[in-house]
Amino acid sequence: MFARIVWLVLRKDLTVEVRSLEIAYTTLFFAVSCVLVFAFALVQEGRAPEDGAAGILWISIAFAGTLALGRAFERERQSETLRALLLAPSPRPAIYVGKLLGILVLLLAAEVVLLPLVALLFQTNLLAHPFWLAAILLTGTLGFASVGTLFAAMLVRARSRDVLLPVLLYPITVPVIIAGVRATALLAQPEFEVALVRFWTALLVTFDVVFVTLALWTFEPLMTD
Amino acid sequence: MTMPKWFTPAAAICGLMFAASPLLIANAPYESTMGLVQKIFYYHMPAAMTFLISALVCGYASIRYLFGGNPRHDRLGYAAAELTVLFGIIALVTGPLWARKAWGVWWQWDVRLTSSLMGWMVAVAYLLLRKYGGPGSDKLAAGLALFGMANVPFIYISVNYWRTIHPTTSVVPTLPTSMGVPLWFALAAFLLLFVLLLRMRVILEAQRARLDALYLSLDA
Repeated sequence: MFARIVWLVLRKDLTVEVRSLEIAYTTLFFAVSCVLVFAFALVQEGRAPEDGAAGILWISIAFAGTLALGRAFERERQSETLRALLLAPSPRPAIYVGKLLGILVLLLAAEVVLLPLVALLFQTNLLAHPFWLAAILLTGTLGFASVGTLFAAMLVRARSRDVLLPVLLYPITVPVIIAGVRATALLAQPEFEVALVRFWTALLVTFDVVFVTLALWTFEPLMTD
Repeated sequence: MTMPKWFTPAAAICGLMFAASPLLIANAPYESTMGLVQKIFYYHMPAAMTFLISALVCGYASIRYLFGGNPRHDRLGYAAAELTVLFGIIALVTGPLWARKAWGVWWQWDVRLTSSLMGWMVAVAYLLLRKYGGPGSDKLAAGLALFGMANVPFIYISVNYWRTIHPTTSVVPTLPTSMGVPLWFALAAFLLLFVLLLRMRVILEAQRARLDALYLSLDA
């Protein structure tokens, strides 16, 4: 029952997205613009500072993620489809998980394009450890999206929700950004310190577990009028 | 809900304590390496402690409100969030003033500074949400406070591994009595001020809620 509802919500979101590709295109373009803006700010004499690429990658993910989150729930607000979803006789946490997976798929797709671009533009060896990189990106994006999905969902009914989403989201997701940036930067180092990478990835996994649990727990009371 | 009887005398005592604390601080010995500038510590540490306690009160009240729905807890959480911002500002302003002389820089991206700043920002976000979120934002703000609480260990660990310089908590119990007395005195004054302001703010919110209810009953 639970898994079926998750799947239905996810399929609905992906179908809507595949038909218009609105969020995918805008998010990706915005992420690329972020990379360029930070490149202009940080590159000196043709070279980005060391570790710069990791930071730029994660900032772009966070900024573009906020945009995608806002848009994904703005879509649910038109003709009150979110209310319809919540009225359906289904466990609320399943709806949350479905929405979360939808956002996650979108962001991971954007990262697949963003990553080679950053690696190429900043001449870093980001792709040296693809397994670790995938683990860091997946856990980091999940951490960001788990908090983001809950906040975007609960802000749907609030006034000035577009402004409030980043205001609420960034202070809470700071640990994810720090861990993501540090771990990604370590991957590009000449000598690979696996213990440190493992530490940051473990922190990300713990963050994911705690915040997904909290979100599942609070989604019900937060979404009830 | 009106002011309790103890409020006025307690406010008077609090005022006297704050008036007396500069004398105590002035009489405390100079710290050997930092000298005069170290005296800012007697206000910095109590303000930071009160900031932390206030944030804990806000988190506790928010959890109770989120799962209980009693508006009393909501009012307590709102009041505590405002005081978290207030005492946070005091700690975040006195800190850099001291750091400029002690460390030679205004700001260090150290674990305690960064986590305090992040905690303070969550409290500010809470107030922004309450102010601009419109109807229903009380529940949302409670959810934010809950996430803010859960976030504290993560911020602490992540920044700790990133970099650190701030003196640890083990410094305070080792202070000589001549420095300890003004410190604990200032801390007591700050805590009393916190209790008074919290009480006042909760009463104000309760009266506001009553006024709203009266207006509504008038319309009906």
